[in-house]
Amino acid sequence: MIASILRKLGVELALPLILFGLLYALSASSTNFFFPPLATVLEKFNSLWLGPRFVSDVVPSLLRLLAGYAMACVLGVAIGTVIGICAPLRRAAEPVLEFFRAIPPVAMIPLLIVSMGFGNTMKITVIVAGAIWPILLNTVEGVKAVDSVLDETCRTYQIKGAARLWHFILPSASPQIIVGMRLGLSIGIVLMVISEMFAALDGLGAAIIYFQRSYEIPQMWSGVLMLGLFGFVLSMVFRLFERYLLAWYHGARDLERQN
Amino acid sequence: MSASNEFVGEARAVSRHAPRSHSFGWAGVASWFGGVAGLLVLAVLWEAAPRVGLLDAKFFPALSAVLAKLAVIGATSEFWGFVASTVRTWMLGLVIATGSGVVMGLVIGLTPGARKYTHSTIEFLRPIPSVALIPGVILLFGSRYQSGVVLITYAAFWQVLLQMLYGLNDIDSVARDTARSFRFSRAAYVRHVAWPTLLPFLFTGVRLAAAMALVLAVTAEMVIGSQGVGRGIMVAQASNAAAEAYAYVLVAGLMGVAINIAARALERRLLRWHPSVRNAGGAR
Repeated sequence: MIASILRKLGVELALPLILFGLLYALSASSTNFFFPPLATVLEKFNSLWLGPRFVSDVVPSLLRLLAGYAMACVLGVAIGTVIGICAPLRRAAEPVLEFFRAIPPVAMIPLLIVSMGFGNTMKITVIVAGAIWPILLNTVEGVKAVDSVLDETCRTYQIKGAARLWHFILPSASPQIIVGMRLGLSIGIVLMVISEMFAALDGLGAAIIYFQRSYEIPQMWSGVLMLGLFGFVLSMVFRLFERYLLAWYHGARDLERQN
Repeated sequence: MSASNEFVGEARAVSRHAPRSHSFGWAGVASWFGGVAGLLVLAVLWEAAPRVGLLDAKFFPALSAVLAKLAVIGATSEFWGFVASTVRTWMLGLVIATGSGVVMGLVIGLTPGARKYTHSTIEFLRPIPSVALIPGVILLFGSRYQSGVVLITYAAFWQVLLQMLYGLNDIDSVARDTARSFRFSRAAYVRHVAWPTLLPFLFTGVRLAAAMALVLAVTAEMVIGSQGVGRGIMVAQASNAAAEAYAYVLVAGLMGVAINIAARALERRLLRWHPSVRNAGGAR
């Protein structure tokens, strides 16, 4: 039992450790100004990001992201469900949505800055405006693609209104909604960083761009590392959430695959 | 629509699309009319909102003003230079990402055990936002177009690689065992068994990557200041020319729509033989 866990851990960690070791060894004697030794970067990481900067930069970033992402999820699923259920509305909305989705969300930042200023409202709006599209579009697709046998069963049993929505449509669309939410999360992180790079006093993006502009290179790389970890941890959390919510779906898929 | 068939579509694709005959005729006409109506409503709203004072016309000009501006800048060579730069960055990044994604996908997917050992590394690197590379590429390339190419390559590579791995995972076990019984060489296996299964997955990956690449091209131009449509937005905004800024945003959106339509048309054409396309009956 323990041996098998250890072996599994070894498989998971082997390549990352080798890569890390290589990078560490190869950069150790680096005199290139732009690419300082990894040891220096880690030292800065320790003193900056595990210290005061965590509260002053990472936490504000995280709060903005969560506020924007939560709004994008709620609005995306709500609007997407309405559009998905109502066929005429869906036909009318499809090209419009295609167009909005195609606009690079970052392009909205300067336009929003003009009308909303540099504050949190602008940043959260940017996150919502970018992250909502994959969620909305996947919700529409998911709601559209409900199983027809289940649909007719619901009809036969006269399951209507809220009960139909809650017990049939949303669960059956949820695998697809989750795919959209995962895409939305990574877009949200990108927009959080970019909007902070444009205009902010605090936050990860603002800190990284500040270090880059003042040529504090090891600090800058430590920020990049922090940002990488930020994205990684959030995607891990999301995966736990997904595994919990979609346990039934993955179970059914595995069963199907075995047969 | 967007990432729909990433995981879910495959299992349902066959049952969910209407039979071929339904996609033409009245349903098609209704869908076409609906789409036009939707776009018209959007256009009217965009025109009316600033005019009746719902939105400040100084920050949010009416559609007609934006279109008039677009006609003016559309006649300048600067505009087409911007568009060409963006397309070049997009294309280069996408080609490099697709090529390396396909090669890495085949290597990892077909080497026994490789997937197990690379899994954690891929899962760690993939969620790293590509914008984290911005300061690095600024140091390396400054505001040259290569900055954008690097960002696009990083972000788009994972899309392609993951789809390749899903695809290789999805190879029919009967087909695989048959190939083994017939003692297919590795090359023949890739060509006749793996590739046909892979292709639809690869196309999904490239389509997603293409959309993402445009977003990153424009982002890089805006943040780093390299030549392109994104820079056009920034310059217009900095000089308080709201209509011009919106005109460039409109152009970026239209480029995105064009890429999407082209990718889907190509997908339909090259995957004519595949059940997922045949059953869709060209309705998508």
